[in-house]
Amino acid sequence: MIRFLRAAFAASFLLVAPAFAQDHDGTIHHADLNLSAPFTRATLPNAPVGGGFLSIQNAGADADRLVSASSPAAAMVQIHEMAMEGDVMKMRQLADGLELPPGETVTLAPGGFHLMFMGLTQAFVEGETVPVTLVFEKAGPVELDLPVMSAAADAAHTMSH
Amino acid sequence: MTIKSIRLWLWGAVAALALTAIVAAVLLRQPEQTGFGRGSYNLIDQNGQPVDQTVFVGHPTALFFGFTHCPEVCPTTMAEMASWFEQLGDEGQDLRAYFVSIDPQRDTPEVLGDYVSWVSDRITGVTGTPEEIAKIAKAWGVYYARVDLGGDDYTMDHTASVFLLDASGEFQGTIAYREDQATALGKLRNLLAKS
Repeated sequence: MIRFLRAAFAASFLLVAPAFAQDHDGTIHHADLNLSAPFTRATLPNAPVGGGFLSIQNAGADADRLVSASSPAAAMVQIHEMAMEGDVMKMRQLADGLELPPGETVTLAPGGFHLMFMGLTQAFVEGETVPVTLVFEKAGPVELDLPVMSAAADAAHTMSH
Repeated sequence: MTIKSIRLWLWGAVAALALTAIVAAVLLRQPEQTGFGRGSYNLIDQNGQPVDQTVFVGHPTALFFGFTHCPEVCPTTMAEMASWFEQLGDEGQDLRAYFVSIDPQRDTPEVLGDYVSWVSDRITGVTGTPEEIAKIAKAWGVYYARVDLGGDDYTMDHTASVFLLDASGEFQGTIAYREDQATALGKLRNLLAKS
């Protein structure tokens, strides 16, 4: 059993590395998925959480699903939905992950879907990157780096005020 | 009626008027305890100093309710607040900001100190017992609720607006979450002009 687990563990690493190619514009092609414009935001002092954002295009004919995420920079990464109801901010964990319909692009962005990094091992510093592994139901795992933007950045490439 | 009794009666009238004036003065000095933003509570700031309802009097105020385990709304609003202070410069020197934690179990004064100091030296972090936090939140009609995330982890749903108070502590309006910066600055300049 242990040998099997070890083999599975090793195999999971093999699956991660060669499975994607990267465009000159930074878009990562991973099976039928195109992952673009990833970013996170600089954290305030003592803030133990951070949000992660990117666009996921499903160019395939079948639906896929972002089922989990992990990062060495956080004790846990969850998939969340944020919504404003009137002037109240509400957050929900998407326990079943995030559906990626065929032919559509799902955007994780401030004010909506996001990765929530919990129990940060260190502050996110503008200009650095935060590694994250995303696991998709069909496309499998993929690693990418989220560039850290300013604390109020709306997108991967914003002009500073 | 003798001169003496008239004099006595007049002195009585003077005494009654004086008493009325004193009572009126005392009553008028008491802030109203009901109405939007009215309440009494005993909280502490990031340095452990006491904070109550009187801190909002004497300067215009931007008041926000949040928590440090907040991934988005709070850091975004803090970053925007930092840019308001920066943009207003000397014009905003009377403005004070308060960040009241609606997660006092985790937001100790020590945790809040560094967090708010990133914004400005004119923002005060406020925390306290859950009971006292509930009082100030009720006064401002602020909604907050714990949302469990598995294990011991949780996040908070909460009202995300910034409340604007004039120098007498009266509510003057709000800046909505992610309100356009020019609009927000316009509201703050308006508040400063009135205060």
